[in-house]
Amino acid sequence: MRLSEHRYKTTARIAGQLLYVEDVHAARIGEVVKVSGLHNIAVDGEILEIVKGNILIQLFGETRGLNAKNMEIVFTDTIRQVPLSGDLLGRQFNGSFEPLDGLPMFYASEWRPARGLPINPVARLKPEEFIETGISAIDGLNTLVKGQKLPIFSCAGLPAKELVAQILQNARLRDSSKRFAVIFVALGLTFHEYSFYLDALQNIESEFVAIINMADDPVMERLMAPRFALTVAEYLAFDLDMDILVLVTDMTNYCDALREISNARKELPGRRGYPGYMYSDLASLYERAGRIRNSGGSITMIPVITMPEDDITHPIPDLTGYITEGQIVLSRELHQQGVFPPVDVLPSLSRLMQKGIGSGKTRADHRDLANQLYKNYAKGRELKKLEAIVGRDGMSKADQLLLDFAALFENEFVHQEKQARSIYKTLDKGLEILKNFNLLPENLQEKKSEV
Amino acid sequence: MKTTETTGKIISISGATVRTDLTGLTLFERVSVGRHNLTGEVVSLEKDGTVLQVYEDPSGLGLDEPVQGHGVSLATTLGPGLLSVMFDGLQRPLHALADKTGPFIHPVHLPSALDLNKQWPFTPLVNKGDTVAAGVKIGYIDEGPFQHAIIVPTDKKGRVEYVAQGTVTLKEPLCRLEDGVRIFGYHSWPMRVPRPYRKKISPQGPVITGQRIIDFLFPLARGGTSIIPGGFGTGKTILEQTIAKHADVDIVIYAGCGERGNEMSELIEEFLQLVDPRTSCPLMDRTVLVVNTSNMPVAAREASIYTAVTLGEYYRDLGFHVLLLADSISRWAEALREISSSLEEMPGEEGYPTYLASRLSSFVERAGVVETLSGDIGSLSMILSVSPPGGDFTEPVTQALLRTSGAFLMLDTELANSRHFPAINWMQSYSLYLDILADYFKQNISKDWEVLRSLCRQIMHKEESLKEIMEIVGIEGLQEQDRLAMTVAEEIRSSFLSQNAYTADAFCDPQKTLDIIRSITDKFLQGQDITNGKNEHEAL
Repeated sequence: MRLSEHRYKTTARIAGQLLYVEDVHAARIGEVVKVSGLHNIAVDGEILEIVKGNILIQLFGETRGLNAKNMEIVFTDTIRQVPLSGDLLGRQFNGSFEPLDGLPMFYASEWRPARGLPINPVARLKPEEFIETGISAIDGLNTLVKGQKLPIFSCAGLPAKELVAQILQNARLRDSSKRFAVIFVALGLTFHEYSFYLDALQNIESEFVAIINMADDPVMERLMAPRFALTVAEYLAFDLDMDILVLVTDMTNYCDALREISNARKELPGRRGYPGYMYSDLASLYERAGRIRNSGGSITMIPVITMPEDDITHPIPDLTGYITEGQIVLSRELHQQGVFPPVDVLPSLSRLMQKGIGSGKTRADHRDLANQLYKNYAKGRELKKLEAIVGRDGMSKADQLLLDFAALFENEFVHQEKQARSIYKTLDKGLEILKNFNLLPENLQEKKSEV
Repeated sequence: MKTTETTGKIISISGATVRTDLTGLTLFERVSVGRHNLTGEVVSLEKDGTVLQVYEDPSGLGLDEPVQGHGVSLATTLGPGLLSVMFDGLQRPLHALADKTGPFIHPVHLPSALDLNKQWPFTPLVNKGDTVAAGVKIGYIDEGPFQHAIIVPTDKKGRVEYVAQGTVTLKEPLCRLEDGVRIFGYHSWPMRVPRPYRKKISPQGPVITGQRIIDFLFPLARGGTSIIPGGFGTGKTILEQTIAKHADVDIVIYAGCGERGNEMSELIEEFLQLVDPRTSCPLMDRTVLVVNTSNMPVAAREASIYTAVTLGEYYRDLGFHVLLLADSISRWAEALREISSSLEEMPGEEGYPTYLASRLSSFVERAGVVETLSGDIGSLSMILSVSPPGGDFTEPVTQALLRTSGAFLMLDTELANSRHFPAINWMQSYSLYLDILADYFKQNISKDWEVLRSLCRQIMHKEESLKEIMEIVGIEGLQEQDRLAMTVAEEIRSSFLSQNAYTADAFCDPQKTLDIIRSITDKFLQGQDITNGKNEHEAL
């Protein structure tokens, strides 16, 4: 601990968001610095690199108007922390964690570092509690469970935000007695998107915290906002035993911000210019989801990603898919057919689905039913390609049946407009469609009669 | 051990790379960095200072904080008590860590990877007055179902003056030699140095994985290496975990390198519940987990692979058959890349350091069958998963591993999308161990093993070549012979090559594997006879 604040005026260089200071006597990696200049300019920054007395600082806010001669840099001897309290609920903050809703800052009962600490794998509790989203394509075939991180892979122009809004409105944990809250993290959103989401949030019954970084807000804040949000989430989930749903949109903007900052630091670019450490950086966010022993709460995360050029092998969806426990993929083709939500169930996957379904969790026939739907739909889709070559008439009766099944599956099971379906309705719908086509295997017929 | 004279100060920090004014350290020496004594390693020596790599989150590390050398390399502690423990990349026991710091990992130091106070039953094998040298077993400790031999280390020899008996702890020496040298039940070994053995033997006998497609078409030999590259969602982790559960080896070392935390918690839970049919003990009793999830410090991820392989070699040296599963090597390579770029080294292909291939090959070379210093036969086999970006196998890590490994199990995104698991592509995968293992299967399972395999491959090849035609003309448009091949191939795919990891079918022994393929191919042969007969009839 230093006994007094260190103040310096020894600015050597400013370049964009980077500030170089000379002749500094004490500094820590990650230490918060406060920079002030003429005309009440005040910017926060963080120490990135120390080479003897020369310090490299990353600035967070707007740097326009800073003047090397009139600048004062204060080294605070603390690392970036987030104030925490139950009073956070219902509040809105910007990417520097300042209130956006016009209300004064709350009194913090605790401060914790924004970067967080890795969860010890042995302290984790296996995610296995079903979350009902009201969306058949998700609940039925790609089930979400508490503590999971399940991203939505969207493409530009697809109704990802409408899907998210619907999930927000309907998401509930079955028979949950615990408090539930949504943390909404907006990264580089346009005002149009922002107001859409805010409307949706205000229409839900649950409490929420919003951390907002708009498209024209400082890029560096885009990297900090999800970290603030997750620190808040950890506090609410693991200290106050709440179930937390963290919704982050849009992670593509986050990754672009990461690339921009990395480039400014003159780091070596990796694939498509994104830094080589993007996997670890994304993991440091996504891996904060989960449940831990001796705590009733949970953090479930739904990040939204807009795949550039609709390409699932682009580094952003690719690295995300390697870290998250599955993905919900939206399809342009289904959207053009008027299917809402346009979830393509074939490339979609929930890795934790098997843990969250079955008797006592959803329904005994869920697993078999999902497999049967998936299998026949996959066949039907495969046959669609064939249909394009040989025409419908050139196909066998059985194949034509599967084609019709695939069409009905898309139009009646996946497509549900704004109607929320309970898990039972979803499963019954699936049974009904299978039955229409005589695709219901015997074991499912029996189980149905038991129920 | 050197003393406090080797203390210096931090003069610069960039990410996890720290420079100190301390000199006189040795390359790859272990160091303590900063007021919280973060673990680090010396990566390069300069005229007036030393460059260190810190293995923990460096935030908060400050200028002028102390740096201290330990005089020894980063080492792995080896001895009884490793089994069923979960370690992080630096071999800190995660359960003990959780007891100390709660559910989140704080950088703290724990004294030892092993519980030195635990009591063990020890049976001596030497007597007072015997002369012992490196490799001699002075006795063994019963560790679960295993006899864990205590072996005289390479640098010690002499006449036994005292040997312990009965209940012991690792704190006291188990044996004392006449010149005062003491032999403990545990020792440490620098993780980046391969452990010694008498001689290396070619791979022999299979590692039975219980996966039909692997054992039958692309088998792994004991002492060999298989790689499993696959894009996300192709089931790498499930495949690795299924093999970890069922493989017919003595000891399994599972390295979760840069992967998901939730998966690891599931793995522990399952391994505690499942019973190893060969020992009737929980599977966990034959397993050591080395876990560095993707959000744990990157540099420790780089070290985790070496911790795992050193543990594997240790059990090999005790005369066991060991299987090392690493998931995934790509995350290790990425850690290497991050470290390399923070050291400002010149990048090679895709930003990976140019020494990527040589590091990988020297790592893979640590697998093998050996005659141990005690004269036993032990083996270390490896199954390494690879996560190529975008599922593109032309990337450097897959390519470098292809050159050094013996079997290539290519996971196919299309197979995974059609829910065919394990999604191993049967056209492009290969195993170089087929010839070595031919005799084994012929003698131990059936003389038809090879014949059936080539028949199976023929059918699958035929399907591949007919597939496109069939898409256009439909199955009715094919000749009868070809139609038969297509239906049989379909059956091979659905009831032989695919296996559900969540049912009893998760493990299939070689005999059963043979029976299944025989029953399917019999249909093919019979069908062929019939159609041939018909053709002849028609010709008449």
